[in-house]
Amino acid sequence: MSELRPDLSIIQQWIRPESEILDLGCGEGELLSYLKTEKNVHGYGLEINPEKLTACIRNGVNVIEQNLDNGLSNFEDQSIDTVVMTQALQAVQRPDELLDEMLRIGKEAIVTFPNFGYWKTRFYLLLKGRMPMSDTLPYNWYDTPNIHMCTFRDFEILCREKGIRILNKTVVDDQHREHWSIRLWPAMLGEIAVYHITRR
Amino acid sequence: MPDVIPENSVGLVTPKVQHFDTPLTLRSGRVLEQYDLIYETYGELNADRSNAVLICHALSGDHHAAGYHSMDDKKPGWWDTCIGPGKPIDTNKFFVVSLNNLGGCSGSTGPVSINPETGKAYGPDFPIMAVRDWVNSQARLADVLGIDVWAAVVGGSLGGMQVLRWSIQFPERLKHAVVIASAPKLSAQNIAFNEVARQAIAKDPDFHDGWYQEKGTLPKAGLMQARMLGHLTYLSDDAMRQKFGRELREGKLNFSFAPEFQVESYLHYQGEKFSTRFDANTYMLMTKALDYFDPARDHDNDLRKCLSQAKCRFLVVSFTTDWRFAPARSEEIVNALIHADKDVSYACIESDNGHDAFLLPIPRYLDIFHAYMAGVAARSFGGKS
Repeated sequence: MSELRPDLSIIQQWIRPESEILDLGCGEGELLSYLKTEKNVHGYGLEINPEKLTACIRNGVNVIEQNLDNGLSNFEDQSIDTVVMTQALQAVQRPDELLDEMLRIGKEAIVTFPNFGYWKTRFYLLLKGRMPMSDTLPYNWYDTPNIHMCTFRDFEILCREKGIRILNKTVVDDQHREHWSIRLWPAMLGEIAVYHITRR
Repeated sequence: MPDVIPENSVGLVTPKVQHFDTPLTLRSGRVLEQYDLIYETYGELNADRSNAVLICHALSGDHHAAGYHSMDDKKPGWWDTCIGPGKPIDTNKFFVVSLNNLGGCSGSTGPVSINPETGKAYGPDFPIMAVRDWVNSQARLADVLGIDVWAAVVGGSLGGMQVLRWSIQFPERLKHAVVIASAPKLSAQNIAFNEVARQAIAKDPDFHDGWYQEKGTLPKAGLMQARMLGHLTYLSDDAMRQKFGRELREGKLNFSFAPEFQVESYLHYQGEKFSTRFDANTYMLMTKALDYFDPARDHDNDLRKCLSQAKCRFLVVSFTTDWRFAPARSEEIVNALIHADKDVSYACIESDNGHDAFLLPIPRYLDIFHAYMAGVAARSFGGKS
């Protein structure tokens, strides 16, 4: 098995063997494929990119063509152990409603997203007066799929308002590496956050 | 006609006929004492018989799914785009079996066959078949061919319904189910279309309540109307606009009721062609089988409960402009499978071609089908034949 993407290797630690997984925006099915082999989980991925969907099928992963913006009403309450969504929260129409849906379907959820409060982003806007661009956020303001950017604090406030409990949180750099300096001041120095949440 | 058989074709094929004299009890309660099934095979069955794929045909299909019967054939079999060397159902890997269903008119026992009890053609007296009856007869053919477990059972439209039925009727006898452009049951609108088609046939004065063979007539006009209606429901508005627009055959209006628009002459041509090759009683019977199909009915109308009997993995495919078997109907199947915790993948393919899309070489469709069948091969027999 080739090496797992760093963010996925953080996520997989929080997933129990033999559990039921739903991966929203599952890409080529790397996580599901890994979890099936290593932890014997059963699950489905949702994907709308045609090439990625075909890759999932080639990888033997259960994949369903479904747009997250059209809701998840076809999944039943608390039918999934862990609902995972990597780097898609900021790109959906209503992140708040999707979070609710994730925790309606799933007993737990794992979400990753880029931190708009990262120090370079803050300075980019402050000094250049333009919408920040970086390796993590490579798009122009007008063509970006990231329509709902937030900071770690924004996300945590939303969780508090919604009565969502944060079980685990890991903050990493753009290569998904953990570093002592990030732990010092995550809201400023972290580029990507991985949150493990529940409503239970 | 092919001057040379293309390299990715299964080539020249010869159908075989298998006779059965074990009575087959049908859903209707009637019994077929004996019957024939005509079928074709492509590729080689491997030593441990693990590479067999069954093709289930749709309303007007038959056993001739791929290749050519002779060098004079104008066209290959009806699913030649998907069956052959290097194609999604790769005959270098799989042993493919394709039959004409009972009640058909291409060589299996059906309304045009002689009823041994009367010495005359069955005509309208041929029992109305249900999808499960076909599946039972297909299982008997599998027994004869020595196939205990299919690597996959595959079908589109009415064929997809047979695949669903296989998955719950013989859950131990298939590893994969490929259900394309299908539905868990017909909608009222769909049944209505079928009824209009049947009425067109039944009201043809040459139909004689189905006894046209005895009377030496053919209900060509009725069958033609039925096909014209059917055919246009298999196309999409977009496809028809692109193909015909409002083009006139003679470039001007003639103020007559003869076909003037290209779309009219196209439908006439399709209907005409069909009315001479297809049997009206078979058409009546096939549309009834479509209407009756509703496997969830035996399970409190709960499709999840129904499909929870299945043990195979599923691939479900739909097409965006297919309004006769719309994506939403495929999604009902997918959701029931998810709720039953079954392995399932689903793709909704962008296409302008309506229901007909499942027969066409649409790149994304073929890619997905190919990728899935490669997995079928890997999981069933390690990928090599």
